[in-house]
Amino acid sequence: MRLTCPNCGERDIREFTYQGAASMLDRPDPEAGPEAWHAYLHLRDNPAGVTRDLWHHGCGCGAWLVVTRDTVTHAVHAVELVEARDAG
Amino acid sequence: MRFSGWRVLKEGLTGNKGWSPHWRNPDPKTEYDIVIIGGGGHGLATAFYLAKEHGLTNVAVLEKGYLGGGNVGRNTTIVRANYYLPGNSEFYSHSMKLWEGLEQELNYNVMHSQRGIINLFHSDGQRDAAVRRGNAMRNQGDDAHLLGRDELRKMLPYLDFDTARFPIYGGLYHPRGGTARHDAVAWGYARGADERGVDLIQNCEVTGIDISNGQVTGVQTTRGAIRAKKVAMVAAGRSSQVAEMAGMRLPIESHILQAYVTEGLKPFIDHVVTFGMSHFYISQSDKGGLVFGGDLDFYASYAARGNLPGKEQVMEAAMTLMPAIGKARVLRSWGGIMDMSPDGSPIIDHTHIGGLYLNTGWCYGGFKAVPASGFALAHLIATDRPHASAEKLRLDRFETGYGLLDEEGTGAQHNLH
Repeated sequence: MRLTCPNCGERDIREFTYQGAASMLDRPDPEAGPEAWHAYLHLRDNPAGVTRDLWHHGCGCGAWLVVTRDTVTHAVHAVELVEARDAG
Repeated sequence: MRFSGWRVLKEGLTGNKGWSPHWRNPDPKTEYDIVIIGGGGHGLATAFYLAKEHGLTNVAVLEKGYLGGGNVGRNTTIVRANYYLPGNSEFYSHSMKLWEGLEQELNYNVMHSQRGIINLFHSDGQRDAAVRRGNAMRNQGDDAHLLGRDELRKMLPYLDFDTARFPIYGGLYHPRGGTARHDAVAWGYARGADERGVDLIQNCEVTGIDISNGQVTGVQTTRGAIRAKKVAMVAAGRSSQVAEMAGMRLPIESHILQAYVTEGLKPFIDHVVTFGMSHFYISQSDKGGLVFGGDLDFYASYAARGNLPGKEQVMEAAMTLMPAIGKARVLRSWGGIMDMSPDGSPIIDHTHIGGLYLNTGWCYGGFKAVPASGFALAHLIATDRPHASAEKLRLDRFETGYGLLDEEGTGAQHNLH
């Protein structure tokens, strides 16, 4: 598996660290209540198929990335910068 | 059909014509008291103990593929009871006791071999942690011995004691730990459950879970609808997908864990040995192959195979610990799908839906848990109360923060175990 970093190009997967589901970006309001925080921290869709997750290009540009990929085939469909998402 | 030495002798002398299939292959009935989703080790053990301990035999195990075709056949076969935290400690201790009587109980040779497990330590801090863990194991009534470097060197002369990057200080020895033949465990439980009247239904994928007024009423399958008073979800590697049919989101992220086996070698690794400075463990199968593994690949995956960096990590650890195995050729590798819970410990519990039970979150420790997991889930289904050995394996511990079982002390968050 290789990831194409929007800043650095196609790189070996060893340059990246996996963080978890991209739902971690959708942080609830601090006052959203325990159920919302429990869902955010612990519960996962965990799909067998297309998923979106967060990777950190620690041995490259240091950017946080949202990777769209397939958990069954390991095919990578898209790699986007979290920054770009936030700006958009 | 009962297995014995005499039977083997008789069949050998009469052309092996008397053997029969180990279980029936029934069509599903339209209704059962209890339906178990998942015909792996845990599901089959649950069915066996429902029948044996509770006399409940109007039970079906629904398996989408073939019996034992999932994670129970995709592990490294290690059996141990060396956990530290209350909650895990009594559970795995109970499992070890069940393992020790399993072959007699099932009348089936699961090749349970208590060859001992040695967890190496490589610093003063790790030695302190090993002492503490060993004391916890002994307090639980299990066995643990602290081995110093000299004693260890006599037992494991093939380790690199002299030039290793991480010097070996000693090891925590758990003599009752060991290995078992994983397929035979599934087959033994399947045969035992079938003999007692449980229907084992293969090629039967559950496609829906029927719920009415907060109570489970049955399942939809590729072989028709089946009504049931109680349904247990025991589908390690697909837990989230099964639970989704009941409208549940689980605290589970599924990861890949690779394992490897080499060509057959003459016997030289007599125990299960684990490296303390990088995740690596190894044992030698009865066929002579070295069976070993290490860390997760550390990304969510259902691919049942991993990538090269995972292999590199394991091979590097192997070479630094026991360079002697460097010339052995790896015959094959595979991946198991690990349902990782946030704290690294399993879940055996009710759900919020009446009659619906959940068994999941075995992380990378599901195989050794098979007997106790089946025993505890059967108890829960039959009596609606948790078995004493498993009462802390609760689903709500993440929501409440009470009773987390964070064995590694890294926090109850995904991606930390």
